[in-house]
Amino acid sequence: MVSNPAEANIVLSEVEFEVVGKRPIRPDGVDKVTGRAQYGADINLSGLIHGKVLRSPHAHARIKSIDTSKAEAYPGVRAVVTAKNLPFASLSKEDLGGDYMRLKFASDHVLASDKVLFKGHPVAAVAANNPHVAEEAIKLINVDYEVLPPVLDVLEAMKDDAPLLHEELRTTSLGETSEKPSNIAAHLRYEKGDAEVGFAAADVVVEKEFRTAAVHQGYIEPHNGTAFWNTDGQLSIWTSTQGAFAVRGSVADVLRQPVSKVKVTPMEIGGGFGGKITAYLDAIAALLSQKSGAPVKVVMSRVDVFEASGPAPATWMKVKIGATKDGKFTAVKAELSFEAGAYPGSPVMQGMMCSFGCYDVPNGLIDGYDVVVNKPKTAAYRAPGSPQAAFGVESVVDDIAHQLGIDPIEIRLLNAAKEGTRRIEGPVANRIGLVECLEAARDHDHYKKPLGPGQRGRGVACGYWMNRSFSSSLSMTVNYDGIVTLIMGSVDIGGTRASIAQQTAETLGIAYENVKPTVVDTDSIGYTFITGGSRTSFATGWAAIEAAEEVKKLMVARAARIWDTSEDDVEYADGVIQHRSDPELRMTFKDLARQLANTGGAITGSANVEPAGEGNGYAVHLVDVEVDPETGKTDILRFTAVQDAGKAVHPSYVEGQMQGGAVQGIGWALNEEYFFDDKGQMMNSSFLDYRMPTSLDLPMIDTVIVEVANPGHPYGVRGVGEAAIVPPMAAIANAINGAAGVRLNSLPMTPGNVLDALSGDGQ
Amino acid sequence: MPGVTHVQTTINGEEVNFLCEPRQSLLECLRDVVGMTGTKEGCNDGNCGACTVIFDGRIVDSCLVLGVEAQGKEMTTIEGLATPEGLHPLQQSFLEQAALQCGICTPGFIVAAKGLLDQEPDVDEARVRHWLAGNLCRCTGYDKIVRAVLDASQKMK
Ligand code: FES
Ligand code: FES
Repeated sequence: MVSNPAEANIVLSEVEFEVVGKRPIRPDGVDKVTGRAQYGADINLSGLIHGKVLRSPHAHARIKSIDTSKAEAYPGVRAVVTAKNLPFASLSKEDLGGDYMRLKFASDHVLASDKVLFKGHPVAAVAANNPHVAEEAIKLINVDYEVLPPVLDVLEAMKDDAPLLHEELRTTSLGETSEKPSNIAAHLRYEKGDAEVGFAAADVVVEKEFRTAAVHQGYIEPHNGTAFWNTDGQLSIWTSTQGAFAVRGSVADVLRQPVSKVKVTPMEIGGGFGGKITAYLDAIAALLSQKSGAPVKVVMSRVDVFEASGPAPATWMKVKIGATKDGKFTAVKAELSFEAGAYPGSPVMQGMMCSFGCYDVPNGLIDGYDVVVNKPKTAAYRAPGSPQAAFGVESVVDDIAHQLGIDPIEIRLLNAAKEGTRRIEGPVANRIGLVECLEAARDHDHYKKPLGPGQRGRGVACGYWMNRSFSSSLSMTVNYDGIVTLIMGSVDIGGTRASIAQQTAETLGIAYENVKPTVVDTDSIGYTFITGGSRTSFATGWAAIEAAEEVKKLMVARAARIWDTSEDDVEYADGVIQHRSDPELRMTFKDLARQLANTGGAITGSANVEPAGEGNGYAVHLVDVEVDPETGKTDILRFTAVQDAGKAVHPSYVEGQMQGGAVQGIGWALNEEYFFDDKGQMMNSSFLDYRMPTSLDLPMIDTVIVEVANPGHPYGVRGVGEAAIVPPMAAIANAINGAAGVRLNSLPMTPGNVLDALSGDGQ
Repeated sequence: MPGVTHVQTTINGEEVNFLCEPRQSLLECLRDVVGMTGTKEGCNDGNCGACTVIFDGRIVDSCLVLGVEAQGKEMTTIEGLATPEGLHPLQQSFLEQAALQCGICTPGFIVAAKGLLDQEPDVDEARVRHWLAGNLCRCTGYDKIVRAVLDASQKMK
């Protein structure tokens, strides 16, 4: 039977509010349970035609020529495009100056010009009256390739004699640019104190190497993009994205258009997790529309999604920690080499920032390398960089605890980052909740229960994500019936319409049901950064609070006008507007709304914010596993996710983030990996072979929401989406170590890899 | 060009006629020919369950059925669950239990769960997890989906 939700999902609240912290039904819910909600691929426009993309069959090759004539002549084909149709093709190096490399990479990622750099790299596209005809036509395009040796591993790619992806790429190393071309795009370093002095003072030092495989975000909705480039020069795009303004920016960039010529309408989005920020198809659809004069829709197949949209990077890491015999860390060191994929830009910097984010360490040295390889360009995936780093760091922390005979939670408490801790990369922590999370885990029923018989183990790990802020724009209008319509630029990927409406209702002192939120296109609201980085409930929430405060001021002014009194005599409290000294003069929000019509019209409050004060996020996970010694299969018996939400605006959706992140982490730990052959062909590009967890693989995921208010937000909100995916890989590795006595240093920990470790074959 | 076939079928209790090519899947026919986009595509190869419909009483991945096979059949899609009086208990429970985040998997899960509860009103967690193993959700970790189905089964008694 199902465990009791009241016990399974605990909320440790410090402060209660009227609407914030409650669990109302989301405003977009009915449309989503009835199939009415319009996702990107659901769009239909008058005269719509369909595009398909021809993709490279090679991981690394030079394009000698492309012959599209047969495809163009094929009945039903309306347009064919290649990189020659992108503005970059007609711009010279001299024209572009310092912007040359950046634009070359951006344009080539959309449609390859001189080289293909991964299997699945787009080389041409066709629009036709129906998708099957387009599919037939792309097969008629003749591309002459000179196949080059691929480089498929981060350490191989870093070697001096490795095949080069980009002849023009130089290494930026600690501010210097190399003479020689290289696959290493960047070398970064963070340093605090003197690590060598710290290690010399340690009683125990553990150093290990780790590897993690590339994994995909795995959203169920494939990428899509629909465009109509009108004859007046206005380009309209409908797409599933985490950021309509991000798509507008990148489409305008590669098409060399002013941003205001491009209008992006964000459709409902079927998952993203960081993977739906890059605009893969929108510019292609735009070019096809420009050439055909019709609106064009392009949708990726699942194979395309795996092969050509961003996975999270594969990594090689080396982690070293020194501690006194009491368990106090004296020094830490890490070297992180991340595969960026075909173009520079892995999240290695975030990985470096997060690696020791859970700990207060006196001495630390972190080096990071961003390395190109012949794989799809990596994209953000939930707390980008942090899960990989945490796999290494939290495994080593566990080894130190074992060696010293200290409880794994106690050693983490002993070294935990807290208010005032200066991280290795510089910033000093504000009020944070890691200690509270560790204590909640330690005191949880899960941690106290004996494991039971069988080859079982229990693992613990922590995770950190800084949480983000950036810009948000929002506006709200009081209608004559008292309903507040709210428009925002933040795409709703998992309940933010609700969490923003709740913060609005709370600030105005009105019911949640009286706030009606809508996500709008880029022409209808100010610039809003992506939904990602655990920023939306924080930063767009902040915009809602500011706009609501403006509404309150305007309501007070209106009441003063109606009562013919000074604004100073009127106050606004809990949704009621009243005269400070005359108790007769009193109106509810609704009463006043009804009188707006003939007293000056509707009232609108708006805000454009870039709030400082984002509060760092911490998570602690507990997991019990059982390892089958015959098959090497690991079963998850019990899982508890603890996380500091600051204030959980809508606890159900916070739990959902924690559970979803934990399960993605379980998949990352045990099953998921990009499996390439030596030619760089992905061998498992379907959901059958790239195996994500199903309902059958899992228990309920119990949660504890810890609320240590973020002092940088009026309701104490921190982000919650990212930290949730950070601990599971290490927690499970630590549990497997407890269950079977083997320490796995590479992901995924598949049955085969566990068996090899058990038989002493190493990894 | 392949020829087209006339298909007469029943969708959510209504007779529907459409023309389709032999190569078109039922999913494509529903979405692009009939214009019912509530049924979603996640993989087009039978591995995600986003396209689940009830087809002559059985749940199927509509991406694995050809459009022409719908001739003379009866099917239920997500659009057929709510009535003018209100939502189906499963839909209501999914809302109350916050069993969706992005919602792209939701039509498939609700239709698949209806297929279960129509046959077996009494279900426990293990049965629900087993039945829904053909439907992928990447957002929720399944916890709240399983709870929503159990909750709906209680309501439907
Ligand atoms: S779309 Fe049919 S199973 Fe995935
Ligand atoms: S709610 Fe997003 S895939 Fe299930």
